[in-house]
Amino acid sequence: MPLNPSDVTRIAQLARIEITESDAARTLAQLNDILGMIEQLQSVDTTGIEPMSHPLGGSQRLREDVAADASERDAMMKNAPAARDGLFLVPRVIE
Amino acid sequence: MFEKSVAELGRALAARQVSAVELAQLYLGRIERHRKLNAFLDVRPEVTLAQARAADARIGRGEATPLTGVPVAHKDIFVTRDFASTASSRMLGGYMSPFDATVVEKLARAGMVTLGKLNCDEFAMGSSNENSHYGNVLNPWDEAAVPGGSSGGSAAAVAARIAPAATATDTGGSIREPAAFSGITGIKPTYGRASRWGMIAFASSLDQAGIMTASAEDAALVFNAMLGFDAKDSTSVDKAPEDYTRDLGKGAKGLRIGVPKEFFGEGLQPDVEKAVREALGEYAKLGATLVDISLPNAALGIPVYYVIAPAECSSNLSRFDGVRYGHRAAKYADIDDMIRKSRAEGFGPEPRRRILIGTYVLSHGYYDAYYIQAQKVRRLIADEFQRAFRQCDVIAGPVTTSVAFGFGEKAADPVQMYLSDLYTIPGSLAGIPGMSIPCGFGAKNRPVGLQLMANYFEEAKLLGAAHQYQLATDWHKRIPAGFSQ
Repeated sequence: MPLNPSDVTRIAQLARIEITESDAARTLAQLNDILGMIEQLQSVDTTGIEPMSHPLGGSQRLREDVAADASERDAMMKNAPAARDGLFLVPRVIE
Repeated sequence: MFEKSVAELGRALAARQVSAVELAQLYLGRIERHRKLNAFLDVRPEVTLAQARAADARIGRGEATPLTGVPVAHKDIFVTRDFASTASSRMLGGYMSPFDATVVEKLARAGMVTLGKLNCDEFAMGSSNENSHYGNVLNPWDEAAVPGGSSGGSAAAVAARIAPAATATDTGGSIREPAAFSGITGIKPTYGRASRWGMIAFASSLDQAGIMTASAEDAALVFNAMLGFDAKDSTSVDKAPEDYTRDLGKGAKGLRIGVPKEFFGEGLQPDVEKAVREALGEYAKLGATLVDISLPNAALGIPVYYVIAPAECSSNLSRFDGVRYGHRAAKYADIDDMIRKSRAEGFGPEPRRRILIGTYVLSHGYYDAYYIQAQKVRRLIADEFQRAFRQCDVIAGPVTTSVAFGFGEKAADPVQMYLSDLYTIPGSLAGIPGMSIPCGFGAKNRPVGLQLMANYFEEAKLLGAAHQYQLATDWHKRIPAGFSQ
């Protein structure tokens, strides 16, 4: 089922990407082309087939739950668009 | 000196015929002279020369590896301490990583000297390098042609001999397709062989680092230093180190080469088919046996990939919120507006498109129909490879349907662009190693690549098979006109 312009706006909202109405209209045709191409998967019989989430299977390896050294704080903070006293600054979220 | 292979450069360094500093200066000079290619995004001669001086000192102490002092350049998808790491995106303009990617660190530990960072499609999403925020890379063989993508800068740099080796990454064909379009050797190992730590993530169940060089022998040498278990990557494979050069001396006699009939169907251009068939004929002459095989669901690779890759991309790229790093919009009403505007401005059209597709296929009500179904078909494709490998040692066929296309030819039509990866995506979905080696020239004298694939963890066999072809042919030694001086 092809998307309509309001679907595109809703998806963009979910993805937290601002989209203008004219952009949404332009994107709509491309997204529908892509989804049309993807649609052919629906006709494949996959009864009894396990989904493959990882080429080598197996479970995720976990490390020991111990604190690791994170001494690169200053170097990391340097890339922040806005920071002060080792904190990331964002617009006020609590009134 | 620049026409020499990685192996030859290593030997020349060991024999003190050239110093690491001289080599670094030679390649930096070539990079500067060929800036028009737009292959490099960040070059810092002082960093490169300091590494070269350290390599010379190490050679002087007698502690060199075969790679010490040999230059390498890194795709700008690997983070580096000493060079900016942008993923060719506006989102990460000027980003300085506090650490080196494991692949970068391992090659530095072997003594390789970093020439700089290489242009690519934004966040490694693309097949032509036209999606870079910093402009497209030119194909050294023909400036009207794309170099391929996403590792276009890596491929062009090696083709133009402005770097003897370049790291690259492959999610659906981003090493093999540009290697084919640019007439060089490119290999992706088995998923899990190369650490993903410090590799800016696109689609985590597919992303895999590899290497681009002039020859298979060079790739094997670099793999010895580059691959291996890394506890910092949760999908890294814990296996003992191997010598990837061990099968280089093995003849092709008795090698069973599977030829999938689905790779020679509709869409394959006659010039590419001719060069690939001739390469298969060369293998037959060397004593290999050609076996007809079938990968019936291979063509479904594209729709599977364009569900799974965008889904994982939408998840991975959600980290870019304009808070901790990356682009932040100048004007906004509140935090939500800030995030939405920062992402709209920071991401180019292709990442935005893939994030939207990924968000949609993962959204409530569509997850099973799209994502789970795609994962099931992915398994069907992977199983087909296992059946095929019962009949053959390696699989061979074309890398692409055509030689490199022109700039703008496919840029307006995403689905046409996606079809560029028809023959490379199946191997990526399975997670098996695959490579492209030069096997001639097609239309407009643009290079053609031969794709070779092997089963999981059989990189040595794959490199050996490629090396035998390269001992018998000289396509991999050709240097594009304009770059041979």
